[in-house]
Amino acid sequence: MSTTETTEEQEEVVHDDHDHPSDAKYFQIAIILGVLTALEVATYYVDIGPALIPTLMVMMVVKFFMVAAWFMHLRFDNSLFTKFFVSGLVLAVAVYVIALSTFEFWSKG
Amino acid sequence: MSDSATTDHATTTGMSHNKLAMWVFLGSECLLFGALISTYLVYRGRFADGPAPGDIFDIPFTSVSSFVLLMSSLTMVLALSALQRGDIRNNRLWLLTTALLGSLFIGGQVYEFTTFFREGLGYTTSPFSSAFFTLTGFHGVHVSIGILMLMSMFISSLRGTLRKEHSETVEIIGLYWHFVDIIWIFIFTVIYLVPSPTS
Repeated sequence: MSTTETTEEQEEVVHDDHDHPSDAKYFQIAIILGVLTALEVATYYVDIGPALIPTLMVMMVVKFFMVAAWFMHLRFDNSLFTKFFVSGLVLAVAVYVIALSTFEFWSKG
Repeated sequence: MSDSATTDHATTTGMSHNKLAMWVFLGSECLLFGALISTYLVYRGRFADGPAPGDIFDIPFTSVSSFVLLMSSLTMVLALSALQRGDIRNNRLWLLTTALLGSLFIGGQVYEFTTFFREGLGYTTSPFSSAFFTLTGFHGVHVSIGILMLMSMFISSLRGTLRKEHSETVEIIGLYWHFVDIIWIFIFTVIYLVPSPTS
């Protein structure tokens, strides 16, 4: 292999490796996740009426994507990793929303 | 460029195929857990003469378990960060802490299952109980496999065979661990916190 080829290969291979956050940033993310969990648990004790389920869903989705983006490094890695993971996630949500609709889950609960 | 960029990824795609394989696997795991969660949602109101979910769940206890698992994601990422810096001592410390937090979570799950059983909720008591134990049991098995992988890395580190250049291995096992955590984020909200039927 020539030197030029090696250089091109080396440039190509670093695409999925970028600077990862500092430990301080990881602690910051963990604190936010902890606070969100505390807020989720607070909804068990404080009656917020019909806003309960939407509030819980929003906090769950935020926590889910914070872990995926920061701790799993999807924010920094090659976008193909995100595409594969999100494909599985979207497929799962679509399939099971249809399955739950078949069982009339949304109307009967 | 980070230290991890020095890892050799001389592949046809220019990215780590091992990492890509783990992401594809995790994408497929979404379908597995989606099936289990949907089954639970369909059957949660069918508790026959047995205890209903709203009567038996101990939210304060499960909240503590959830917090423990969430914090294990922090210690996991700190273990990876330490290894990428070449800090073997802290890598070992965080790997062991992650495994201990995971074990604490499993201990909590065993306690919860035992309590439920004593209160009359067996695996075959009702469609609700079967769906609940299958879902949370599958998750527990995933956590247990993660603990085994963490301990094998810890032992490798003690033997001196886990070095900075192996950081991608720790990262891939970390991906699995974080995935187990995000699945629990989903389970905790949908199964425990969303109001459940009572008898």
